[in-house]
Amino acid sequence: MSANTTQDWDIELKPQDSVFNLHLKDVWNYRDLLWLLVRRDFVSFYKQTIFGPLWIFIQPIFTTIIFTVIFGRLAGISTSGAPGPLFYMSGTLAWNYFADCLNKTSTVFRDNASIFGKVYFPRLIMPLSIVFSNLVRFSVQLVLFLLFLTYYLFQPNVNVHPNLFVLLLPVVIILMAFLGLGLGLIITAMTTKYRDLVFLITFGVQLLMYATPVIYPLSAAPVKYRNLISLNPLSGLVETVRYGFLGTGQFYAGAFAYSVVASLVIFMLGLVVFNRVEKNFVDTV
Amino acid sequence: MSYVAIKAENLSKAYQLGEFSTGTLSRDIQRRIALMRGKEDPYLKIGETNDRTSKGSSDIVWSLKDIDFEVNQGDAVGIIGRNGAGKSTLLKVLSRVTTPTTGSVKIKGRVASLLEVGTGFHPELTGRENIFLNGAILGMRKFEIKKHFDAIVDFAGVERYIDTPVKRYSSGMYVRLAFAVAAHLESEILVVDEVLAVGDAEFQKKCIGKMGDVSKGEGRTVLFVSHNMSSVQALCNQGIMMQYGKVVSMGKIESIIPQYLSSNKTREQEQISARTDRKGNGKALFHDYSLVNDQNDTINTFIVGKTCKVILGINITTEDPIMHFHVALSLMDSYERRVANFSSEYSDNFDYSKLKRGMNYVELTIPHLPVVEGIYTATLYSRVNNEISDWVENAFSLDIENGLFFSNGKLPAASHVSVLIDHQFTIS
Repeated sequence: MSANTTQDWDIELKPQDSVFNLHLKDVWNYRDLLWLLVRRDFVSFYKQTIFGPLWIFIQPIFTTIIFTVIFGRLAGISTSGAPGPLFYMSGTLAWNYFADCLNKTSTVFRDNASIFGKVYFPRLIMPLSIVFSNLVRFSVQLVLFLLFLTYYLFQPNVNVHPNLFVLLLPVVIILMAFLGLGLGLIITAMTTKYRDLVFLITFGVQLLMYATPVIYPLSAAPVKYRNLISLNPLSGLVETVRYGFLGTGQFYAGAFAYSVVASLVIFMLGLVVFNRVEKNFVDTV
Repeated sequence: MSYVAIKAENLSKAYQLGEFSTGTLSRDIQRRIALMRGKEDPYLKIGETNDRTSKGSSDIVWSLKDIDFEVNQGDAVGIIGRNGAGKSTLLKVLSRVTTPTTGSVKIKGRVASLLEVGTGFHPELTGRENIFLNGAILGMRKFEIKKHFDAIVDFAGVERYIDTPVKRYSSGMYVRLAFAVAAHLESEILVVDEVLAVGDAEFQKKCIGKMGDVSKGEGRTVLFVSHNMSSVQALCNQGIMMQYGKVVSMGKIESIIPQYLSSNKTREQEQISARTDRKGNGKALFHDYSLVNDQNDTINTFIVGKTCKVILGINITTEDPIMHFHVALSLMDSYERRVANFSSEYSDNFDYSKLKRGMNYVELTIPHLPVVEGIYTATLYSRVNNEISDWVENAFSLDIENGLFFSNGKLPAASHVSVLIDHQFTIS
């Protein structure tokens, strides 16, 4: 067999790989799996439900109604002159996508421990599939929002002015995905060892929503908290979406640039941490 | 000319024993504080035994230790060894589920692993959807699955139910479908754990046949772990025998299996009374055994066709009155098939009221020993008042040598039959 020492190998399994080697080529080779997982999530979620995919519509409508009643009517929080339903919908549209990505990816190791323990595929496929399947839900909610928006645009005396900043929406969504995925990957990597962080997540995401201008405009926040809220990279993104669609609030180039940098940093950090843990998490989970 | 498909060099895998983390952050902090103040670890688990290795002072166990081997393309390699020898860890490393601690494995070609059937099956999805999903999880591209789709459905025999959610499948159908997907993988290397234990006998045969095709016909490399020596022998041409995380020997399967079987024997020389891996409430414990012939001379081997006796020393430890007592011995052949079960329940004159506290000797007599020659193991079992009192698997091994069974002295080959039944052919 000594003649074979020079042969080229396809795979080499070694103890420590560089944490920066993300095996992106492997991920590409498994792209079919990615789509099948997205499909699985979508199909299995609505099987054996009466309304099926209609739930995607029902959920945001109910949220909007509740927010309009509680925060708009009862608490009387300012919407910067925009119609309540549109204001809350535009806020939750971007926020929900982030929150869904974060919630689902933060338990990806635990939820898939049995699969990960039995078969190899690039682990990153799982969290990526979550981001993409949430994109399906996001698109449906976007359509719903656009329907509402169109309705309001044809109403007289409504203070809604969509503008060119709406074109930033795809960028915002990608950044939201980066943030949700990045944070989720960091958390899931930590929860392989510390299960109790999971409880922190459900609660932390709620808290984070109030630290993000989802149900209130940034301009309505008390001045002493405004800087703190601006530190949250999500704030700039949510405000941008709202400004683009409704024309309320303001577009802060600085805040947006900050969000871009923060998202990319968190995303890269998440990838590296995840990459480090994925190798041997089977032994610890 | 075949090339080397898998090359492992100095491969080791260590696991940390016991609790290296309590699982929650707050407890970890509590533990740190306690240890810092010189107190005992409040979350340390006690009483954990690891009978795989002799007691080591370190809490690291090497499931694999400095393993070197090469597998040629096209070989079907059976990996055999006792429980805890490191077979499954080796498969996990090879299938990339976990990484080695030191050393490396180099692989030529795609690896598909089948450590479990139906990984990733979703109960709500139909058979069709699951074929695609499972195939993709196992590393197939969509077009490859499409190409094999009809063959998969045909192999599994589920045409009628292909558009039904798999949660409505019978467990047999489920397993058949899952295996069918795996059997049609287009990978150069197939790593299979003991997954064939599921499914009915007919399907098992079909699977073994299919895996045989894979290795013999299509030039694929197969690594196969099983405790079933007959399927290993049927399927594999090479063998790797492992013990305590090391490769003990490798070579032609015909030479490896006997080595494995005789290595089992050495371990079972251990005193029955010293065995700790026993089950039951301990009210009656097997202590020792001896083999005697019909003259009551102690012997080492049994002879086919002769009267053989096993004397079991049983230590009655309970003070409860014995209302009922039952002792049994199962004879397993070298392929771990149960050949016979001898039980006091079938004996008329087994008077358990004679049993007393302390040592008792129970004698089992087998007239005209009707099994073929070979190495057997005996599993012992006892019940006191209808509760299991002791249960020792592989309590001792038994050599059985050829002797006179049929009156003309002829005997069938041991590889063809298991038991001998007295009979006559006549022409009327």
